[in-house]
Amino acid sequence: MTVPMSRGEAGFLGRFEAERASLPGAPGPRAAAAEAFRALGLPGASSGRRAEAWKYTSLRALAEAGFAGSLSVAETDMAMVPRLAATRLVFVDGRFRADLSDPAPGIFGSARAPEFGPLAQPARDPLVALNTMLAEDGAAIEVADGDDAGVVQIAHLASAAAGQAIACHPRHLIRLGAGARLVLLETMSGTGRYLHNPVSEILLGPDAALSHLRLQEEADDAFHLATLYAELAARARYEAFTLNLGARLARTEIHARLAGPDGFVALNAAQLLGGAQHADMTTVVRHDAPRGASRQTVRSVLSGRARGVFQGRIEVARGAQKTDGYQRSQALLLSDAAEIDTKPELEIFADDVKCSHGATVGALDPEQLFYLRSRGVPEAPARAMLVRAFLDESLDAVTHKAARAALDAAIARAWEREAA
Amino acid sequence: MLEISGLAASVEGTPILRGIDLVVPSGEVHAIMGPNGSGKSTLSYVLAGREDYTVTAGSVRFDGADLLAMEPEMRAAAGVFLAFQAPVELPGVNNANFLRTALNAIRRARGEPELDAVQFLKLARAQSKALAMPEDMLKRNVNVGFSGGEKKRNEVLQMALLRPRLAILDETDSGLDIDALRIVADGVNALRRPEFSALVITHHQRLLERLVPDRVHVLAGGRILRSGGPELARELETRGYGAITAAAA
Repeated sequence: MTVPMSRGEAGFLGRFEAERASLPGAPGPRAAAAEAFRALGLPGASSGRRAEAWKYTSLRALAEAGFAGSLSVAETDMAMVPRLAATRLVFVDGRFRADLSDPAPGIFGSARAPEFGPLAQPARDPLVALNTMLAEDGAAIEVADGDDAGVVQIAHLASAAAGQAIACHPRHLIRLGAGARLVLLETMSGTGRYLHNPVSEILLGPDAALSHLRLQEEADDAFHLATLYAELAARARYEAFTLNLGARLARTEIHARLAGPDGFVALNAAQLLGGAQHADMTTVVRHDAPRGASRQTVRSVLSGRARGVFQGRIEVARGAQKTDGYQRSQALLLSDAAEIDTKPELEIFADDVKCSHGATVGALDPEQLFYLRSRGVPEAPARAMLVRAFLDESLDAVTHKAARAALDAAIARAWEREAA
Repeated sequence: MLEISGLAASVEGTPILRGIDLVVPSGEVHAIMGPNGSGKSTLSYVLAGREDYTVTAGSVRFDGADLLAMEPEMRAAAGVFLAFQAPVELPGVNNANFLRTALNAIRRARGEPELDAVQFLKLARAQSKALAMPEDMLKRNVNVGFSGGEKKRNEVLQMALLRPRLAILDETDSGLDIDALRIVADGVNALRRPEFSALVITHHQRLLERLVPDRVHVLAGGRILRSGGPELARELETRGYGAITAAAA
């Protein structure tokens, strides 16, 4: 029995068929990805497979929507893109804009062909299949052995033309050589209705260190579905921090593999959601080598009917002795209708490891609120202060000054919108 | 300044205050003493406006205005300050930011200009020095990791900065050593002037030796059983509450 395909799924496949001859790069991976997408379907759509990885997040609304290909319009509101670094790659509707960018040597917004790296799993992950099928462009960043590339910003702006919902599938590849260092600041924003479906592959050589900050401030009506894969050689460090503020539906799925010994991974996030927003942090950390450490803390502030999800999975392979893994979900619910779903999973095949997880859920503490009010602070600012304090504790992981300031400002904007 | 008449209040349906009559005129310091569970802390919370306390009868007027009709922040702006018996920890809230936010909220409500960060820090540093507080207390999170004595001193610092017209000290002396006790008493004494009053809730005569009250009231079973001058505190210290509560029974 064949289940009829949804409008969205048929639309993506139709676009691939229409454009496959003109899409850049080798056709093989794209055709395979299209087959995978056809077989997997969008999670939550009637034809989609029921996958455990998509237990709390349905893409039905996406499957029922129709999207055009990406259209870059000439007029771009760069005021929406904060400038956080001298080296800045700007993508508008998924396409690199050399005229708006300030690249540096070794760092490209490749208008030539997206590079399909070795980490992505289009056969398993439907959105990665979709991305591989339709990717047109993406950042290519290569830091040579021993180099410190400083700070690089990737700015993604979606400027959906009036009435036209667009979909873009940028494909980023980031490689750091042995001992190389980079601070990567990613900002994502836009207007209107669109799908932003980026896939990033991150390869870190021995002793490399990547600090990766992601500020997700997509438009209210946007779908943000990001998949990241990171692989760490010996002693490499990958520290990611995601701030989820925008989009009607956001999912950040990160797969990090500690392939060499003594690696360190931090996948932290904070989210401030209201209305009917839904944001899903899904992480899989795989320890394949001894003495690796992983840290994950997700802090969520949810009001209205917002729903937050944190699914964290830690896998420890047989040989990965002395692994130290830790994950924590902390949620502040500001309304009765808000919801947090936390699902930790530990899969451990080594016998000498330290892995733990914890989850807390609560409302604002009335005693704290009363304390502030008794000092003259009216209720609304007192609530704002306590919410900020809750988020600030997770933001303290962000040590880059300009990035921290940008995150602070974004939270203030989001909170004001929420309170309005 | 403060006029409490026939005040009755309950917590989760249990009556705690059973008709309190108390007048604290401008410029006076009154002490409230009493055994555990007599309603001392309830009285202080009701005056500060905590929502989980239900007033079932009576009235409280502050400078002639109906205090019970005011939100907690309005009471603070009007000049009421409660030094908490158990100061609340605010993880993630920087103490200096907290103090400045509070001070500026009150200044705004009073129609006074707000202080900028530099002006505020200068003032806060001077005040914390006067209270022998380590300077890093301003940089730490509010009451987080503070010792019992540091928390109490942080309450007194807030009081000194906010300059209330009525200070309610809820067992601010409990758990303090002699030096800290002197600092707290000096902090209150420094605020004494004709338009300042204080309600000092304490178990011990010790604090009242340095912070000499104009009147002492004995609260037991939700009622004021006896009132007198400072000598009443000394009498309680030697004879205990038993004689008074027995006489009232």
